[in-house]
Amino acid sequence: MYNKGTIIPGLIFFVLFVTFPVWFQGLKAGDMPKPELPPGGEKQCVMPADYMRANHMQLLNEWRDNVLRDGNREILEINGKKYPKGLQMACMECHSRKEKFCDSCHTYAAVDPYCWDCHLTPNEVASKEATH
Amino acid sequence: MDKQRRKFLKIAGASVVAGIGAPVLVKLSSSPALASSDGGHAPVAAGHAPMPDAHGGGHVEEAPEGVRLGMVIDMRKIADTPALLDKAISACVNAHNVPQFPDKKNEIKWIWKAPFENVFTDKSASHTSKRVADTQFVALCNHCDDPPCVRACPTQATFKLAKNGIVAMDFHRCIGCRFCMAACPYGARSFNWQDPRPYIKKYNKEFPSRMRGVVEKCNFCGERLALGQEPACVEACKGTGAILFGDLNDAGSEVRAVLDKEFTIQRKPTLGTKPSVFYIV
Repeated sequence: MYNKGTIIPGLIFFVLFVTFPVWFQGLKAGDMPKPELPPGGEKQCVMPADYMRANHMQLLNEWRDNVLRDGNREILEINGKKYPKGLQMACMECHSRKEKFCDSCHTYAAVDPYCWDCHLTPNEVASKEATH
Repeated sequence: MDKQRRKFLKIAGASVVAGIGAPVLVKLSSSPALASSDGGHAPVAAGHAPMPDAHGGGHVEEAPEGVRLGMVIDMRKIADTPALLDKAISACVNAHNVPQFPDKKNEIKWIWKAPFENVFTDKSASHTSKRVADTQFVALCNHCDDPPCVRACPTQATFKLAKNGIVAMDFHRCIGCRFCMAACPYGARSFNWQDPRPYIKKYNKEFPSRMRGVVEKCNFCGERLALGQEPACVEACKGTGAILFGDLNDAGSEVRAVLDKEFTIQRKPTLGTKPSVFYIV
């Protein structure tokens, strides 16, 4: 092989450089996020926690299509508690701190859902209620 | 060589004739069947297959089936108490987080005031009565039976709800192309040229805001109807009868009683959009 002295160190350097994000943290993915449980102490959700953890985005899309496309705004009732289909009206009622609940995992997973471009967090709502 | 060329030209010629002739034959053979299934009408309804009854004839009859929510606005009462209109508008603004941009060109309009000649552009405004000339009229989305905005929308972000006739919007899907604004003959749609949040005075936590680059309009308070409430503007004028709301297809409804009794006009009826908002002038 020609130029062995340059190519092999070069390859090694290249592989190390490309895998930098993997080994830099010592093969750890950082601390797992701990989303805050509802500050009000609610224990029940519209679906079991496991399901919500994995599928809340599909459920929200389903609700959106139900409410807007099909005009089906039927209020869900689970164990006597009423849940109007809606991020602001159902989810945020219990998970009232978006910054400590939604954001904790979304930041960790580097996903940037656009819900909050339009939907209001309880914090945002409070900012404009106090002035009036 | 020469023979082959002749053969090629023959085949090519025959193919061209067949290519042009085949669709004609198909059309000729299919049109009598269409006409007979249409009950003798000429096949004008071919393009309007889903609603042949509403569009078939020359003169337009409104679709009588199903719920069709509509509104009757009694301008005589609003002329007597113009404050009613301000109440109705602010109720809507508060209910839907409508931003109040200082610059008129950015205005977001769900329900708004305009003079008679701007609302009824196809009606003569010469020698109108003093009351009409002095009153600010009210305009909002007409929730047309045949909405041009719905046809214009490339993403189906705006659509007609079959169950109540509301021309609704799914803000999630709006890409901000503003075709609907060009299509709407009533100017009932507004575009968010900038982030509306700083211009919302007070938030209603039950309703979202919008983002920059999204079109919005009156939704006939679909979210309030679901809770058994009346639209915000109707509720604001409650007891005065200035704005009535109900099912236009229900012969027993309050709006129908008023429509049967009073002479009403619609905005730009000649366009064939069949507005659901009626005015008593």
